[in-house]
Amino acid sequence: MKKSKSSFTWRRITESKLFFPFLALAFILLFDLVFIPNFFAVQTREGNLYGSVIDIMRNASTVMLLAIGMTLVIATGGVDLSVGAIMAIAASVAAVMMNPVIIGVELPPDLMKFINDPSFTYSPLWEVILVTLIVAIICGLWNGVLVAYVRIQPMVATLILMIAGRGIAQLITNGVRIQIFYGPYAFLGQGWIVLPFSLYIVAIVFAIAWILTRKTAIGLFLESVGINFRSSFYSGIDEKKIKLLAYAFCGLCAGIAGLVASSNIKTSDANNIGLTLELDAILAVVIGGTLLGAGGRFSLLASIIGAMVIQAITTSMYALGVPAFALQAIKGVVVIFVILLYSEQVRGFVRRISAPREV
Amino acid sequence: MPEFYNYIIEMEGIHKSFPGVQALENVDFNLKKGEIHALVGENGAGKSTLIKALTGVEKQDEGTINLEGKEINVKSPQHAQRMGISTVYQEINLCPNLTVAENILIGWEPRKWGRVDWKTMNARAKEILQGLDVDIDVTQTLGSYSVAIQQMAAIARALEISNARILILDEPTSSLDAHETQQLFGVMRKLKSEGMAIVFITHFIDQVYEVADRITVVRNGKLVGSYDTATLPRLELIAKMIGRSLTEYDDMTKIKLESSKHIKGEALLESKGLSNEGGIEPFDLELHSGEVVGFAGLLGSGRTEIAGLLFGIEKPDSGTLTVAGKEVKNFSPLASITRGIGLCPEDRKAAGVVDDLTVRENIILAMQANRGWFKYLSTQQQYEIANKFIELLNISTPSADQPVKNLSGGNQQKVILARWLATNPQVLILDEPTRGIDVGAKAEIQKLVLSLAEEGKACVFISSELEEVIRCSHRIAVLSNRKKVAEYSGEVDEKVIMQSMAGSGS
Repeated sequence: MKKSKSSFTWRRITESKLFFPFLALAFILLFDLVFIPNFFAVQTREGNLYGSVIDIMRNASTVMLLAIGMTLVIATGGVDLSVGAIMAIAASVAAVMMNPVIIGVELPPDLMKFINDPSFTYSPLWEVILVTLIVAIICGLWNGVLVAYVRIQPMVATLILMIAGRGIAQLITNGVRIQIFYGPYAFLGQGWIVLPFSLYIVAIVFAIAWILTRKTAIGLFLESVGINFRSSFYSGIDEKKIKLLAYAFCGLCAGIAGLVASSNIKTSDANNIGLTLELDAILAVVIGGTLLGAGGRFSLLASIIGAMVIQAITTSMYALGVPAFALQAIKGVVVIFVILLYSEQVRGFVRRISAPREV
Repeated sequence: MPEFYNYIIEMEGIHKSFPGVQALENVDFNLKKGEIHALVGENGAGKSTLIKALTGVEKQDEGTINLEGKEINVKSPQHAQRMGISTVYQEINLCPNLTVAENILIGWEPRKWGRVDWKTMNARAKEILQGLDVDIDVTQTLGSYSVAIQQMAAIARALEISNARILILDEPTSSLDAHETQQLFGVMRKLKSEGMAIVFITHFIDQVYEVADRITVVRNGKLVGSYDTATLPRLELIAKMIGRSLTEYDDMTKIKLESSKHIKGEALLESKGLSNEGGIEPFDLELHSGEVVGFAGLLGSGRTEIAGLLFGIEKPDSGTLTVAGKEVKNFSPLASITRGIGLCPEDRKAAGVVDDLTVRENIILAMQANRGWFKYLSTQQQYEIANKFIELLNISTPSADQPVKNLSGGNQQKVILARWLATNPQVLILDEPTRGIDVGAKAEIQKLVLSLAEEGKACVFISSELEEVIRCSHRIAVLSNRKKVAEYSGEVDEKVIMQSMAGSGS
């Protein structure tokens, strides 16, 4: 029977972790197709692509970066609330390294005059990026040590850095919002090579995370520790190291997101960079089907789609003319919708309608 | 039956099964008014399932429950309470930060003008406790009193809110010291004299003989029998708890005899005075390759603690452990795996299977942990290993990609065994490998253990069932009260072993 064969594959699709995130994204895009004219129009300028869809992806890139790291942390049964604050720290470190004058460092007079020059930076770009990312990893390690070795609940442990982080960021810049003039740095968040440059960064981070979790045993160990850390311990898995790695990687992702975000707005705005983005990142992972609190099975791609879903909602609402202050309320409605969609009842319903008909 | 109307509770032919396990099979249980009835059996024997059926936590699949001769259908724990069946659980379900009076009467507070009448409430609580011969200040928080007093408060609450006629005490003495236990027994005797029927669940044989009038023994979900305490000698009780049938000594004995010829002389693993605080007293133990050493002892005798020490779950406070001639410095599961030691843990659910992972992933887990993060087994290698062990151990699963939680208990146990066999260990410690699995799988696992020994591995076999231990082991270490008390090799009489298990009390 032809029907039964097709419904078998249909069933495999609905059981996949990617099914619901894609369904949610499709819903939103369908909505846009109907209600927003020219939503899918893409223009070409100087060989680069522009349009609402591209915008969605570009604006989602910071949340995508955060979601990649957050997925690993949530897979271990934890959560990281500090990623927004780590973004702010990263932005401050990068800004100070490029433009230390503002915090009272005396430059030699011959350099002083270049300070507003887009081609001037105090430290070379590679050094800026390297040091920033090392600082971000240290932030992640701090979280990891608190969770894995000191055994503080993840939510409380990462809350410490969430609260303290923005203060630390302010301390680094001496309370000043540093403007960033350096051109190549701005390329991270604003550059285009056919597609926005930040998307290539996401692609590279995603590839690294994917290889790390799917081509080594780390992915299996992350899932195993999340599902049952005692069994994992008895099986010889060093659950502490695995957790430490997840938080450190999450910190690294937040650092990269901080670079992209600060390059996008050309300042180190310690108060606003990454503000509440930790919640968007968590939501992205939850939409991606990784269980918050329980951990276990995860899909990086599903989390990426989850981040796109969130951004698609935001962009669509702006395109419709919904004011920014009402946006949070709409997001709330969407969260309810997502949670309903993921409920056992709806899953059971989908399973029933996609189940083979013959018995 | 002439004394028919004497029974306040009659449970008949109770059946209950959970996925993969027959928890209760045709169990009868009778309770008289004014008696203390001990319900004993090893872990997983079915005691708690039986109590759950009586108190409405789980519905029995088959069988009837009569209360004073009338059949009842217990729908929920609340329903049971309304009928006068009250339970005090092992963990005290009270709030330590509320006062004693609040704990006893919460939800039943006396009211005046719609508000709580504290005076009456405190007076009432004091009165109830005095009825139990406990005289304390009931306005203090519960947490400020000893566990024994807390236990009394829990009992007081159980008595008060349901006007109980039947009181079930689930391991009430497990966290009490000797004096507190006496206090509790005093209360139990007093309630008994007032006509209360008390079910007393415990692991402590001494306590059974101290307070119980009758004893019901369950094992493996089956009723062994009900006896008057006065007519059942201690030794016989232990025999009934751990099971034995002197009849069947099948081909296992032959295999054992044959394999015993291959036991190597020098020790593969040697423990000298290894101990840890609160776990196990210093013990000496040698394991030789080709040998199965059985641990006999009741629950809490220290058998699991020894396994934990040998495998590095816990770190020892004193003594030395030598494996293959080298003294062990680094105690951790991973280091043990590298040394060639494996442990099938006692608690399969909590420490064994990773239930959302597939059979394949569960099987390769320890092997991969030993290889480290980066030497990842390819998917093809993983399937090869998994399929090899699925076939070798006869694991019944639709495929290697099945989540392990969908398998029956016996098959899950085999998956754990496969996980350890995949690491190719020299020493394999099996803690209760046959608990809660069906008879067929049990025999398969027992044979497997002997054949592993024949291949030159050293095995430790821990089980609550003495018969099984004797059948599988070349040598038996007996544990009692967190001490290794004796060691026997060759043909041993069960009675001798039980004598050592029972300790000085017999």
